This record gives sequence, C-alpha cells and structure tokens, in this order.
Amino acid sequence: MNTLIAIIGLGVLCLLFEIFNLRKAIVPITILGLLGVLGLTISEFNSTESYYNNMIVVSKFSSTFSSLFIVLTIFLVALGHNFYENHQSKISDYIAIKIFLLAGAVAMVSFGNLAMFFLGIEVLSIALYILAASDRMNLKSNEAGMKYFLMGSFASGIILFGICLIYGAMGSFDVTEISELSQSAELPVWFPIGIVLVTIGMLFKVAAVPFHFWAPDVYEGSPALTTALMSTLAKVVAMATLHKLLSVMNADVSESFKMVVVIIAMASMTVGNIMALRQTNVKRMLAFSGISHAGFMLMTLLSLSTSAGSLLYYASAYSLAGIAAFSVILYVCKNRDNEDIVNFHGLGKTNPLLAAILTAALLSMAGIPIFAGFFAKLVLFNQTIQAGYLALVIVAVVNSIISVGYYFKLILAMYNKEPNEERKGTPVIIYAVAVIAIVLNIALGLFPSFVLDLLA
Amino acid sequence: MNVSLILIILLVGAFVTFLSGDKLASKVALVFGLAAAGASIVLLNHYNLGENISFINQWITQPNISFALKADGLSMAMLLLTTILTPIIIFSSFGNDYKNSKSFYALILFMSFAMAGTFLASDGLLYYIFWELALIPIYFIALIWGNGDAEERKKAVVKFFIYTLAGSLFMLVAFVYMYQKSGSLLLEDLYKLNLTATEQLWIFLAFFLAYAIKIPLIPFHTWQANVYQKAPTVGTMLLSGIMLKMGLYSVIRWQLPLAPLAAKEYMYIFIGLGIAGVIYGSIVALKQKDLKKLLAYSSLAHVGLIAAGTYTLTLDGLRGAVLQMIAHGFVVVGLFYAAEIIFRRYETRAIAEMGGIRTQSPKFTSMFLILVLASVALPTTFNFVGEFTVLYSLSQINIWFAILGGTTIILGAYYMLKMFQHAMLGETNTKPFADVTINEGITMVLIIGVLFFFGMYPKPITDLITPSLEEILTQINRIN
Repeated sequence: MNTLIAIIGLGVLCLLFEIFNLRKAIVPITILGLLGVLGLTISEFNSTESYYNNMIVVSKFSSTFSSLFIVLTIFLVALGHNFYENHQSKISDYIAIKIFLLAGAVAMVSFGNLAMFFLGIEVLSIALYILAASDRMNLKSNEAGMKYFLMGSFASGIILFGICLIYGAMGSFDVTEISELSQSAELPVWFPIGIVLVTIGMLFKVAAVPFHFWAPDVYEGSPALTTALMSTLAKVVAMATLHKLLSVMNADVSESFKMVVVIIAMASMTVGNIMALRQTNVKRMLAFSGISHAGFMLMTLLSLSTSAGSLLYYASAYSLAGIAAFSVILYVCKNRDNEDIVNFHGLGKTNPLLAAILTAALLSMAGIPIFAGFFAKLVLFNQTIQAGYLALVIVAVVNSIISVGYYFKLILAMYNKEPNEERKGTPVIIYAVAVIAIVLNIALGLFPSFVLDLLA
Repeated sequence: MNVSLILIILLVGAFVTFLSGDKLASKVALVFGLAAAGASIVLLNHYNLGENISFINQWITQPNISFALKADGLSMAMLLLTTILTPIIIFSSFGNDYKNSKSFYALILFMSFAMAGTFLASDGLLYYIFWELALIPIYFIALIWGNGDAEERKKAVVKFFIYTLAGSLFMLVAFVYMYQKSGSLLLEDLYKLNLTATEQLWIFLAFFLAYAIKIPLIPFHTWQANVYQKAPTVGTMLLSGIMLKMGLYSVIRWQLPLAPLAAKEYMYIFIGLGIAGVIYGSIVALKQKDLKKLLAYSSLAHVGLIAAGTYTLTLDGLRGAVLQMIAHGFVVVGLFYAAEIIFRRYETRAIAEMGGIRTQSPKFTSMFLILVLASVALPTTFNFVGEFTVLYSLSQINIWFAILGGTTIILGAYYMLKMFQHAMLGETNTKPFADVTINEGITMVLIIGVLFFFGMYPKPITDLITPSLEEILTQINRIN
C-alpha cells in the first residue's frame, strides 16, 4: 500500500516539475524517487497486510513483482532521458504517465478485490494508449494508438463482463470470499464462464495466440521506447496478474481448462516463432518473439500453486534481456525512420560493446546457458514435466530451436555484414542501462536461487 | 588443490587475454594455456598418488543443482588432451595475423574452459551448461575469422549451431525427466535410478541425438565438412581435435551407464551406424579435391569407428575408443596444421594446385608423411594401438563388423597416400615453398613425438583410464 501511495505521489511530483520549469532535473529525481520506493517495497517484503476492506492485499507475491516492475520502470525512465531529447517540452508528461502506469501495475498485482484489479488494469492500459500514440505527428504512431485503444477497450469490456458474471455467481468482488465460495460443491455455471472471460481479456493483454493480432502493428508503430515498455513491463505485469487472478480465486477449475491453456501456450510459441522468422523489422520481430515468450510464461498456469517463483524468474530474465536489447535498438535506430535489420549491419565492428550486449540479450532470450533465460526455461520445463505435460515441454523445446533462427539473424547481421555508416556519439545513459540490465541478467543466471527461492 | 583450478586458470586467462590488447594477446593466451597444461599435469600427479582432487559445492537449492567436478582416470585423460592441445593450437596460429586478435584468443581459451568443464562436470545440469557454452565461442570463431565467402560461411555456421543446439535441447529434456525421478542430477544419484526399458530407450535416444550430431555420426554429419572447411584452421583444430571428443566422451560417461538396457538391446543398430560412417566417410574422402574437406571426411570415418567401439560395451571397446580419441585428437590437429602450413605458402587448399613440395622442403614432407601414416594407423604409432583395440572388440561382437570397420585402414591408406602423392610428390609447383619455420617445426615435432611415444608405450594412459572404465562397465552391466 505504501508503495502505491509513494508511486502516485511521485507521479504528481513529476507533473509539478513542469509547472516549476525543472525539466532538466526530472529524470534524475524520478530515478532517485523510484529507488526510494524500491527500498520501501523491499523493506516491507515480509509483511502480509490488507488495507481498506481487503481492497489491497500486500503479500510476498505482490512485493516481489512490484520490485521487478519498479526496477524496469527505472530503466525505462532512464532511457527516456535520451529518447525525449527533442521533445523537452513534453518530457514531464511522458515520465509522469510512466509513473502512473507503474501505479496501475502495482495495483494489478496487489489487488484483493476485483474492482481494484479492474482499476489497475485501466490505469495501466490508458497510460499505454497514450504512450503508443505519443509521437503525435507520426501517422504510424497514431495508428498504433488507435488500434491499441480499440482492441484494448474491447478486451477491457470482456474483462468487465467476466467480473460481472463472477459477481452474479458469488455475490462478492472480494477474492478471498470468492475463493472460499468456489470450494463449495455446487458452483453456478456463471462462475466458470466469468473466469473464462476474464482469462480471455488477460490473454489479450499478454498477446497470446489467438488474441495477438494487435501486437505486431502496435509494437512497430509505437515510439521505440513505448515498444520497449510494452514488451517488457506491460507483458510481465499482465502475466503476473493473470497468474494471481487464477490462483487467488482458486480457479484452476477443471482439466479441460488446463487443456485450453496447453493449447494456447503451444499456439503462442509456435505462431510467434514462425512469424518472427520472416520479419525484417526488429521491433516487429521482438513483438512476435514476445508472443512466443508469453506462450512460455503461460506454462506456469498449469501448476498454479508452485509456479509463482518460476514465473517471477522467467519474467525477470525475459524483461531484463528485453531492456538490454531495446536500449541497443534505441541507440542504433535513433533518428532513423525505421528499425530494419539493415541498420544493425556491422555493429560488431563500429560498436563492439553494444553489439556484445545485444548478442548476450538475444542469447538469453534464446535460452543459452549461463544467461538467466536458460534457467528460466529449465525451471519452467521442470515444473511442467512435474505437472505431467511432457508433450508441451517437447513443443517448447522445438520452439526454442526455432527461435535461435531469428535471434541469430540479428547477431549475424551485426557481425557478418559490413557497416553502412558510422554512428556518432556515446550516450552514457543508454550504455549504463544496457550494461546494468545485462549484468543483472547474467547475475541471475549465475545465482538463480536468489530469485527462485523468494516465492518458494 | 583440486580440478576447479584448471577451470579458473582458463577462465581468468580468457579475460586477461581479452584485456591485454591485440599485440600481446597471442602470447598471453599461450602463457595461460601452458599454465593450464602444467597445472593439469601436477593434478595428474596428485591423482596418481591417490589424493582426492574432485570438487563439489551446492549451487542452486531449488532445483537441486551442485557445482560438482569429478576427476577420475577417464576425465583426467580427456582433461589432459584438452589442456595439452590448447597451447599447441594457440602456438600453431603464431604465423597468422588475426584482426581483433584479443577477442580471438580470448574465445579460444574460453572454449577450452568450457570443454574442460564438460569433461569434468559430474552434475547433469552443470555438464549441460558447459556443453552448450563450448558452442558459443566456436560459433563466433568460425563466423568472424573463417575463410571463404561470407554468405556461404554464414549458412554453414548457422546450420552447425542450430543442429547442435537442437540435439542438445533434447538431452536437456532427458535430464529434466530424470531429475523428476531422482530429485538430483549428480551422476551417482542418476546411476542409482531404476528406469524401465521404455524410459531408458527414450533417454538413450534423446542423448543419442545430441551426441550423434556432435560426433558426428551418419546421418547427422551434414554440417561437418562445410564448417571444417569454412572455419579458420584454429577453429577446425578445436572442433576436430577436442570438441567432437566431447560427444564420444559423453557417450561413455552419460549415455551408456544411464540407459544400458537400450544400449544392449539396440547395440547392432548403433554399431552399424558407426560402421556406416566409416565406409561413407572413406568413400566420400576419396573424391575430395579440397585438402581440408578430405581431412574432414577422413575424420568422419575415424570417429565412426570410435563410436562403434564404444557401443560394443566391452572393456576393450571402451579402452580402444578412449585411446583412439586421444590419438585422433593429436593426429588430426597435426594434419590440419600441415594443411595450414601449405596454405600459408600456396594460398590454396585445392590438392590439384599443390605438388612437388618434397624437392623444396624435405623436412616438411617427412613430417607430413609421418602424420599421414599415423592417421592410417601404422604400427608403432598411437593410432595403431587405438584402432587395433577397437577392431579387436568389434570382432568379438561380430567378425563382419571388424572386417567392415577395417576398411577405414585400407581405404584410409588409399585416399591419404593418394592425397600425399598429389600434394607432395610429382611435378614441382611453379610457386616456391619456403622451408618450415622454427615455430612450425616445434609444433609438428611435438605432435609427432606424442604419437610415437604413446604408440610404443601406451601403458601410462591405459593404466590411467582402465579403472574408471571398469567402473562404468559394472554400472552398464548392473542387474536391473
């Protein structure tokens, strides 16, 4: 709760900076503020409390995931310093929106009441719609914002409908009450239907097949930093929320529901990977790769009671690699009108450090050992086999192999092609973010227990 | 003092080499390579005195993974192969100029680190990690410093990478499956598992995919010749000299003891695949016009025989396989080095464009001849000991296996000597052939020395490996 209040306070503070004309200081002060909030969240790690009639429930789950979100936001805000160089007059808006987005994200993992959950998801989504369309003069960005808004509000509508049905069945918005009632033998048919509708809405947010059609266009059209935010922060928020929703409402109702999860996971991995093979735009490629990673993370829904730790680990590994990759993309594609692979040609010669970081990030996403991505997959496979879904694991393994194909396309472009032009300037912040993100990723790979045991 | 020291030396060496700058890199790498070789010889001494030089430490609590390095005779033999060949390989590259050589030599040491780790690891996951780590440096070595057209090279290297990664991921699934059963991936815990015949078959096949691609066995060999040809000679040496031994070693250490029922049940098929590789490799080698490709196919034939030896599940077969692994490691490095020496002078690898080198450089010619003869298993060379033991073990299973496997020597002699004749004898090439330099001479003499010494006196190595092979055999023959 304190985390949430502090974040919202920080957001308001960001807006005030505009009034007092302190735009230069906004990024460093926001980062400091977020670090403070991070410290606060970690200090409350072991407390389990509920506030305002169970509207907000702070638990280990919520505080670990909130910490991850805060770390990601720090990276994204830091990258904003460079990205919004030419939009100085709007920078406080952009930063403030990101902070409010973070508030929505924290609310989404610490809700104790479905109303609060919906509030969180709307705060997050509206912030995302704005950020998608934030490059006002760019047609593509407008298109992305519009598309995302239409599809997103539709999904929100479905979620709301689902919540209504659950309320109709259970007579309460409170998740603990719902969970207790769902133990009873006679469940009204509205309850599972409501759960399915909420799940569909959340699957839309994580961009799982067959609810993924918006993702590539929106990712490509949005400003690169917003894409970074969507593919890292927004995705893991949605995934964590879906996990929490299903586990707190005791909703792993039947085998057939799990079967559907298995099929959606398989479809997401396969479709995402196969589509990614054909892409020449890096943002689009990462959008499809994100779809396949959503498929991997969906595997955690098959063993809800034990998989929170591995979801946290997978989400951290994936999003840290994503942040590292996107900071390199931001550097390479700054002041270009597209993000095609051609722009990356010869990066290994012109800028070996960033090329190595992007390589490491992609290797982590592909699941090559010693990077955190490998352990994430390993733990996930382990859990899924334990739950008895060997076939799903084999599909996942085949997909890991396919994914190497397109990750290496980018690596090859960096090392095997001649550079087409020199890139100038060394934006220190981008370097710092990329290096810290990848170092954190490798550290997670070397000491996986550190995160895995948090939610054990 | 324990075996983790070697890994530390190699890893630190890789970092220091990277930091030392382009000019010093090769020398720094050599120093660390020699240090690792020295340390492993000292460790061998400790091991022979009966000291415990293994290392184990809990790494991840959930899932239960240990950082476990076990040194027995087999591991020590392979470790020595790695650490002795690494400085030789580094030294062999001294005549060449590489762009960005600090990364180049750092990658060589890093690869050596990963390969040494693979030979030592006794926890399934740790082993898998080292196994995969070895793949990344060779990918970049072949991609960035390789020769030939960039597009073709890219295709060959990516195919290689995806092939090997695909194979090993199935091995990972097998490990995860076994983890479910035993709750630990330590080798001795896995040995205690009682798996049914069907489970063993699937595990055997998952491992087989990983190893058959790495070794490579027919029909998984299609990546090999192209990568050997496209990679820089140093990369080819690392691949053929050490890396493919990772596959063969793993068959003995992991695949056979963990799934003995399947190994026994389908023994003929797997020996047959090995023998098929022998015949196929030899026949294709006959037709090769490119020296490196010829050596690649000859290597395919030889490792086919080694694999057949391991799948006999007899002490002779395993022992012969290990001896031949080491012998082949040295001889193949020597042969690729000879190809490199010719390339430095003639700028070609086409056999047709060579010729008449004997009149210009008798020293080089005789060294090359010795290597050629060693590779076709002439008595008194190390390869003879290995190949003969393997053939003997095959004859115990079925005499036809031995006869067909023996073609590696007959056909091998034919294509190797034909190649030697075209390349070294005959009409004098118009281009001059400078005599071998001191560096080149030292490398060649070292390799030849090893081959002859152990050819006449293999006892130290057999004594080293036999106890651990016997242990593995009891594990294979345990009653289920």
